[in-house]
Amino acid sequence: MAHDATGTAASLPQAEGLQGIVSDLSSDQRAFKNVPWGKPMMWIFLVSDTFIFGSFLISYMTVRISTTEPWPNPSEVFSLTVFGTNVPLLLIAIMTFVLISSSGTMALAVNYGYRKDRRTTFILLLITAALGATFVGMQAFEWTKLIMEGVRPWGNPWGAAQFGSAFFMITGFHGTHVTIGVIFLIIVAMKVWRGDLDKERPGFLTGRKGNYEIVEIMGLYWHFVDLVWVFIFAFFYLW
Amino acid sequence: MAHAEGHHAHADVKPGAHDPGQQHPLGIYFKIWGLLFVLSIASYLVDYFHFQGLLRWFLIIVFMLLKAGLIVAVFMHMLWERLALVYAIVIPPLLLVTLLGIGALDGKYTFFTRGTYFGPDTTAPAPAPHK
Repeated sequence: MAHDATGTAASLPQAEGLQGIVSDLSSDQRAFKNVPWGKPMMWIFLVSDTFIFGSFLISYMTVRISTTEPWPNPSEVFSLTVFGTNVPLLLIAIMTFVLISSSGTMALAVNYGYRKDRRTTFILLLITAALGATFVGMQAFEWTKLIMEGVRPWGNPWGAAQFGSAFFMITGFHGTHVTIGVIFLIIVAMKVWRGDLDKERPGFLTGRKGNYEIVEIMGLYWHFVDLVWVFIFAFFYLW
Repeated sequence: MAHAEGHHAHADVKPGAHDPGQQHPLGIYFKIWGLLFVLSIASYLVDYFHFQGLLRWFLIIVFMLLKAGLIVAVFMHMLWERLALVYAIVIPPLLLVTLLGIGALDGKYTFFTRGTYFGPDTTAPAPAPHK
């Protein structure tokens, strides 16, 4: 790859493996060259969010290990009675499929965005947002059902008192993240629809020009929300 | 990483042009999507068939890590990113395992002391606590 530029902003030939990492980070130059800056910034934000959810999940683990009261059985607590039969974790399974589907449509939206297919990208982004909103609605239904059954942050009818506070904190933070994601998905969808990204029109809050990378960056956030759900599903509902 | 090299070569034709994006054929997204569904069903079956004990925990964790890995690597494009970015993002959360270990050790100790000092008095005169 031939380069005229002598500055370090242009891409450098990427060495393989560890040598590549060393050359990326050394010599007083910009790290992660050739990656549009918004992407590493979103990744770094997601790392910080990982620590937040990590601390919630690890503290949930700690209180569950240390409590002498038996922990309520999630299969029974989160089961639904449909058509006369009791199906364990039914709503949770549906919520998982909804969120995974939304991740799939999001990945497709990013792909079509880079192809500059505005219509398809717009539709896929809206489907992703709709699936996310469905997820939040089901989570709200779950909360209502449990609250009506007597679950509180300080106690519940079935076992250890910490169950309620762990459940509401973890799913509450996750549901909030999903809601914020839905709002941003709609905003990005509107920008795609209006052609702001084709014309590189400056954004409302930033004044910077937009381009289709923001669809990918939005995708990173949305996949992170799905990722957190994978961990919550495994550690809280299944364990 | 050959994929990434091809795209970089593309972008260098116009200096300062944005990476045309990591466009991959759509098929891979559908395949991974299907795989995620299968893994989710498998996770659900762990509970449905009432697996217990070590096997249950092992399966839950394996399916969880597989799903997480697929989402990060393919959907979030990590598989095609520069190694420096991959390591910068993946290593810090892995270090959380240390906190997990500390939490588990501490939790077990708390459980043990609660059982010892607050549990029912099962012996005759209780021995004087040494701590």
